[in-house]
Amino acid sequence: MEAFVKMAEGSKDQGCTGTTDPEEDSPNMIVYRKIEDIVTRIQDEKAGGVAIRTVKSFLSKIPSVVSGADIVQWLMKNLSIEDPAEAIHLGSLVAAHGYIFPISDHVLTLKDDGTLYRFQSPYFWPSNCWEPENTDYAIYLCKRTMQNKARLELADYEAENLARLQRAFARKWEFIFMQAEAQVKIDRKKDKAERKILDSQERAFWDVHRPVPGCVNTTEMDIRKCRREKNPHRVKKSVYGVPDDGQSQPSPVHISSQPPRKPTKEDVQKEITFLNIQLDRHCMKVSKVADSLMGYTEQFVEYDPFVAAVEPSNPWISDDSTFWDLEASRDPGQQRVKKWGFSLEEALKDPAGRDQFLKFLESEFSSENLRFWLAVQDLKRRPLQEVSTRAHEIWQEFLAEGAPSSINLDSHSYERTSQNLKDPGRYSYEDAQEHIFKLMKSDSYARFLRSNIYQDLLLARKKQPADTEQGRRTSLEKFTRSVGKSLTGKRLTGLMQSS
Amino acid sequence: MCDQTFMAATFGPCDSCSKASPLMNIYIKSEATNYCSFCMEVMACQGLTKGESLASLKKESDSLKKKLEEERGKLNDVELHQVAEKVELVGALSIKTRRVLKGHGNKVLCTDWCKDRRRLVSSSQDGKVIVWDAFTLNKGSDALNAAQISNTRHIQLCSCCVYVDEHGVTLPCTWVMACAYAPSGCAVACGGLDNKCSVIPLSLDSTENLAAKKKSVAMHTNYVSGCTFTSSDMQLLTSSGDGTCALWDVESGQLLQSFHGHTADILSLDLAPSETGNTFVSGGCDMKANVWDMRSGQNIQSFESHESDINCVKYYPSGDAFASASDDATCRFYDLRADREVAVYQKDSVIFGATSVDFSLSGRLLFAGYNDYTINVWDALKGTRVSILFGHENRVSSVRVSPDGTALCSASWDNTLRIWA
Repeated sequence: MEAFVKMAEGSKDQGCTGTTDPEEDSPNMIVYRKIEDIVTRIQDEKAGGVAIRTVKSFLSKIPSVVSGADIVQWLMKNLSIEDPAEAIHLGSLVAAHGYIFPISDHVLTLKDDGTLYRFQSPYFWPSNCWEPENTDYAIYLCKRTMQNKARLELADYEAENLARLQRAFARKWEFIFMQAEAQVKIDRKKDKAERKILDSQERAFWDVHRPVPGCVNTTEMDIRKCRREKNPHRVKKSVYGVPDDGQSQPSPVHISSQPPRKPTKEDVQKEITFLNIQLDRHCMKVSKVADSLMGYTEQFVEYDPFVAAVEPSNPWISDDSTFWDLEASRDPGQQRVKKWGFSLEEALKDPAGRDQFLKFLESEFSSENLRFWLAVQDLKRRPLQEVSTRAHEIWQEFLAEGAPSSINLDSHSYERTSQNLKDPGRYSYEDAQEHIFKLMKSDSYARFLRSNIYQDLLLARKKQPADTEQGRRTSLEKFTRSVGKSLTGKRLTGLMQSS
Repeated sequence: MCDQTFMAATFGPCDSCSKASPLMNIYIKSEATNYCSFCMEVMACQGLTKGESLASLKKESDSLKKKLEEERGKLNDVELHQVAEKVELVGALSIKTRRVLKGHGNKVLCTDWCKDRRRLVSSSQDGKVIVWDAFTLNKGSDALNAAQISNTRHIQLCSCCVYVDEHGVTLPCTWVMACAYAPSGCAVACGGLDNKCSVIPLSLDSTENLAAKKKSVAMHTNYVSGCTFTSSDMQLLTSSGDGTCALWDVESGQLLQSFHGHTADILSLDLAPSETGNTFVSGGCDMKANVWDMRSGQNIQSFESHESDINCVKYYPSGDAFASASDDATCRFYDLRADREVAVYQKDSVIFGATSVDFSLSGRLLFAGYNDYTINVWDALKGTRVSILFGHENRVSSVRVSPDGTALCSASWDNTLRIWA
């Protein structure tokens, strides 16, 4: 055991000095360091930590323990936690990572009661990157069977593991047995209290690395983060100083295909160009941005089921899908119609809003703008091989001379678009589309919001069922249309003047 | 040319090529510079005016960075949470687990909602992709095994990736790290350690072998960490451990645009929510969040304030800002118009890495999944935590708010998904 302790000290030094280690910024290590900071503070009694005591049990003494309740109290006080459940949860995670452990339970959780806990020796901290071998585990289990004491008796799952290991290592079982015997011999020379502590710490170590079935193995890494390690097939350290026989199966770890390279001149030049662009950008002040963010939230809060009540009910809570049926219907509710008034984008997002806006534009004989905009949206979503044909079709329909639905573009956008069309692509109409969108937004969208179509929907007349109402309106539109363009035009100019 | 006119003054790294060699001390625009003889030749041939060494370029870049920081600092006239003090507090939330989705045999790594608001796709380390009808499942612990539910489809992708270890033994390695539902609801995409992203059309015929119809669309040189369809089924945007994002034509599998700029693995991406928004944001192991123009492939904006890997990025519903989750145990909020960080979500008791974020419909609440098995709910404006959701028994890998905002789905390393409302 002496050698064992020496090894522990040696490793402790290594662990403390290894700050330049590339593993130091691995995600697991970041967490380990934070936990270690907390655990060190808890143990520092002078600086407000918890008192580590020796508890008298009726036949013996239990050295160096604290109660679970004390730890929970400390966590709440020092990490500004209000809910005890959160403190218990955090404490349980600290335990699951092997920094504190219940002295008489393999399941590493924290209980807010008189259950006794002990602190793990820094030698066994997971930040030392243990990845202990099954050989070590076999030695450990074997050793436990030799120390015939009640508190060291194997749990059922451990006995099963031992049996399994014995089968797997049949060839070298004698060696393992000898190692275990040697360990026991060293242990016997130790002071009784010290042995108790060391035994429990060793057990807790294995509870972390070979957890009770059903418990989480906290040492597991996110595979996406493994590849950054210098040595993905980590050289495994033996807890008991047993040489590696190279038989172990490495886990399938992802290996980096591109070693990190130094930035070249081109990279830096690119960065400078990028930074210059950034400097030229006009930016908003945080106060303005904050107002805008708050404004958005306020506007949409009544649509947010997590914050506001849902009418009639949230399907996930009530198991009643009426809410969805209403949402899916082509007859939009008042709330939904209101949203179209927030912005043109919102109106176009909702299929019903798009339909109503289109209907309104048709009544104004200016639907080509929206139809062009929709056609360009659709173009961007087409499979690659259809793009070029479709782009030409759009040109023919909206922009070519004598096009059936000719749209009005400024000469600049027109020029650029016709240039783009020489090699048509998904984004050939970007300029034109933006121009038309602005046009709709500043002109027809504003009129749409004032129109009867929109206002009627907004007031959500409940008198008539949706179908007949819609049918009536369409026939009305047909009538208006048949009266002739001039009449509507006059009405519209009148409307525009009045506004 | 001969070197005799120069005297090797020192030995050390050249300012231009940074190789250790005898150095010439020369002056460019009265600035003392040390070049090795080779770089001297090159420079002399290219003309003396072009005295840009790597070191001087770096210096310039650093000074620009400083200047940019100063400029952006000037805009920080007030903190978001100060302005938000006048906003009403969020009422007490009563968010509970409404469904538990059991069926995966290993860690669930990713999930995505269908536009129909009730179906989900999830992918797992066991190599499976499952399509769920989350609504019809039984509640709580009585959840049926997915295999017994006719509406739920299993897609086995086990054979799709093979690893060769150092002994030449092939080990199947089946992590499916990314999945996405197509906007039409008729297909799903998935990818992972196979470095590919495949699209699988869904059909109602449950006897059909879906995996056979799998079509590989995207190809990276490292694992696929994220994927999403753009507004149609026809284009797929992927992010990868090879440090690039790419836009693909689904039908032909052709690369439409690639996005270079990250210096390490990209772990997440998110499309701008607006109809006309042609931008997306990505975040990764270089601790940067980059905003890209999908049309040109250009990196438009870049945000660098996290202290560790960015695991997830997610747009604010208005599209003007985005949030990020990082292994530094914080979530951050960046506004694109202010071009800076406007909020940090952190707490003394939150020490584990944040893996995933999503906003409630109004953007008021920010849901964040953590490696400590919890989901924290933050008030996005005030920066305070309003609730903590316990339930998962291992790391939370992904959180997604449903399209209509009625529910939150979380995926976890405990092999389950949970629906919260």
